[in-house]
Amino acid sequence: MNKPKRTLRAKTITMAHGAGGKAMRDLIEDVFVGTFANPDLEQLEDQARFELAELMQSGAQLAFTTDSYVVDPVEFPGGDIGSLAVNGTVNDIAVSGAIPKYLSCGMILEEGLDVELLRRVVVSMKAAADKAGVTIVTGDTKVVPKGKGDKIFINTSGIGVIPEGVDISATNCRVGDKIIVNGLIGDHGAAILNARGDLALDVTLETDCQALNELVQTMLKVCPDVHAIRDASRGGVATVLCEFAESSAVSIRLQEEQVPVRDTVRGVCEILGLDALYFANEGKLVAAVPADKAEAVLAAMRNHPAGKDSAIIGEVIESNYNRVLVKTHFGGERILDMLVGEQLPRIC
Amino acid sequence: MKFVDEFRDPEMARRVLERIHAVVEEIPTTAQRPLQIMEVCGGHTHSIFRYGLEELLPDKIEMVHGPGCPVCVLPMGRVDDCVAIAEQPDVIFTTFGDAMRVPGSKKSLQQANSDGCDVRMVYSPMDALDIARKNPRKNVVFFGLGFETTMPSTALTLLQADREGVTNFSLFCNHITIIPTIKAILDSPDMVIDGFLGPGHVSMVIGKAPYEFIASHYKRPLVIAGFEPLDILQSMLMVVEQIRDGKALVENQYKRIVPEQGNNNALKAVGEVFELREFFEWRGLGSIDHSGVRIREKYARFDAERLFAVEPAHVADPKACQCGEVLKGVLKPWECKLFGEQCNPETPIGALMVSTEGACSAYYSYGKIDVKQAV
Repeated sequence: MNKPKRTLRAKTITMAHGAGGKAMRDLIEDVFVGTFANPDLEQLEDQARFELAELMQSGAQLAFTTDSYVVDPVEFPGGDIGSLAVNGTVNDIAVSGAIPKYLSCGMILEEGLDVELLRRVVVSMKAAADKAGVTIVTGDTKVVPKGKGDKIFINTSGIGVIPEGVDISATNCRVGDKIIVNGLIGDHGAAILNARGDLALDVTLETDCQALNELVQTMLKVCPDVHAIRDASRGGVATVLCEFAESSAVSIRLQEEQVPVRDTVRGVCEILGLDALYFANEGKLVAAVPADKAEAVLAAMRNHPAGKDSAIIGEVIESNYNRVLVKTHFGGERILDMLVGEQLPRIC
Repeated sequence: MKFVDEFRDPEMARRVLERIHAVVEEIPTTAQRPLQIMEVCGGHTHSIFRYGLEELLPDKIEMVHGPGCPVCVLPMGRVDDCVAIAEQPDVIFTTFGDAMRVPGSKKSLQQANSDGCDVRMVYSPMDALDIARKNPRKNVVFFGLGFETTMPSTALTLLQADREGVTNFSLFCNHITIIPTIKAILDSPDMVIDGFLGPGHVSMVIGKAPYEFIASHYKRPLVIAGFEPLDILQSMLMVVEQIRDGKALVENQYKRIVPEQGNNNALKAVGEVFELREFFEWRGLGSIDHSGVRIREKYARFDAERLFAVEPAHVADPKACQCGEVLKGVLKPWECKLFGEQCNPETPIGALMVSTEGACSAYYSYGKIDVKQAV
């Protein structure tokens, strides 16, 4: 059962690999089923099936989410679209306090794609899934003509179980809560910018792509009453804080000098006139934690590999305006708003 | 981070600020009306908001955010011309990032790109030349804009293309020059500015001499300033000290970058490639004599304006727009009728809302006024 019955011999993906015939079976059984290797998938049914009773044992609510991944370049220092597609969806589930269980994997491949590249991406998905403790149980493949896609697009949906009594929500921030981030921000955004190659900067930057489910459970062990958690992917830490402020009708004051940013990332920002608070992350969460538990949560986070550079970066304050204020290193203060469009490098 | 953190030392800032406060108290006129100090350059505006400097300064100093954001003062008609060029067959149109979003009368370059034009963001004109080398069958046009800061790199790129005999590269020249514009502001009858923070990067190219008339003729102090928060505070101190002492001099705070004589090589390249236009249209300020440059006849084959027969389209600024008054310091951004309502960063109407370096956009995004209300 564990050995793939069919082998994909083609060097590149052709329209035939999406046409439903033998070529497609070769691709699915060799590359996907062969690599993801689990009994649910090996049934080759049109859907995965779960015992409800088993799910109900681990919690009270289901968490269900979906996300699509379209990164250019597909492979970048520290990760690739595969690890991103697994960790991104795992994290979207995890920040609800849920324990992620199952993922789906929908792939849209561009005609002419190098099969070796696809294999590397799929192996990377499997490794990320194993590390996060989730199983990829169902999937779908489509091939689009050359020029109608960009190498690989991946959609992953995920299911997790929220333990009894956990209630994490962006609407739950309360005045006095401490804002915690689990490490250096902006690495992913800066790494992708750099990997596109048009900056010609002589720096080493790796994505921070990692699963956060264990870290969240560690936090909940110390403080089951964590008020809000979001992963700070697109739009960065700034956007999450703006969402917190808006959803909970509070203001947040950030201490700029407490925000952990790697020197290399700061350098990229200085050169291009960008702000790391808006850079995407793929393994960073922002949490609002009751003040009396903040130090304990922080200590526990720092003891976990996914949170060793965690820091308290601000607090929730009383105000009618639902804004995020930044106390600058300098003693000045400014308002941090959501981005309009995308961040564009400044001219001079 | 070396060479950055030194210029952001809060303790040092505190000491400079104390001195600024003390000096301002010694200026008797500030009892009647605050000093109005203009930072000419958009880079300064950005730093002032980014570090929240304005609220650290005495209430008796009001910052007037000047016209030195090249993206902001770009007239709509020029963006329309860019789009028209980008829409020509076989054109790759290249531009600096922050010009992508500037609205034309119909669309921005970003929208043109979504509509099927090939518009690419570059970090330097040399990147555009490289695209030309790699795409010999395409006409690669570089959108040259900015003050004397970016002019030399554009000129040098054009000269490089000339040396290599590249025939599919051209420049849509919208470079502008700051001096005539400062003069226009000073000549305006409702002008109320007491002193200037002079542009840092422009001065690195042109040096100190071109500003002398501001001191000698208009009797206003000008201090060429760097862009780090401490640079700006120190320059402010130098300006208010001059005002206290009844002096009007051109001083250079940004000595680590700006040579007194400017950069001769850069000026030579600029002089070789460009000549002054009779006038150039500025968004918010209207037409200003001798405030723009064009490509000399000798390099006509690299001139997109000639190659694509661009007739500069004149699109008037919206009537209700009060950018001109804000630029001259007569109105504060939030006193404009359109501020925050019809005119905001998502749908900018006036020049100053367009780029993050524009005063209105900075006020809107960094919410200087809101900070006080918000807490």
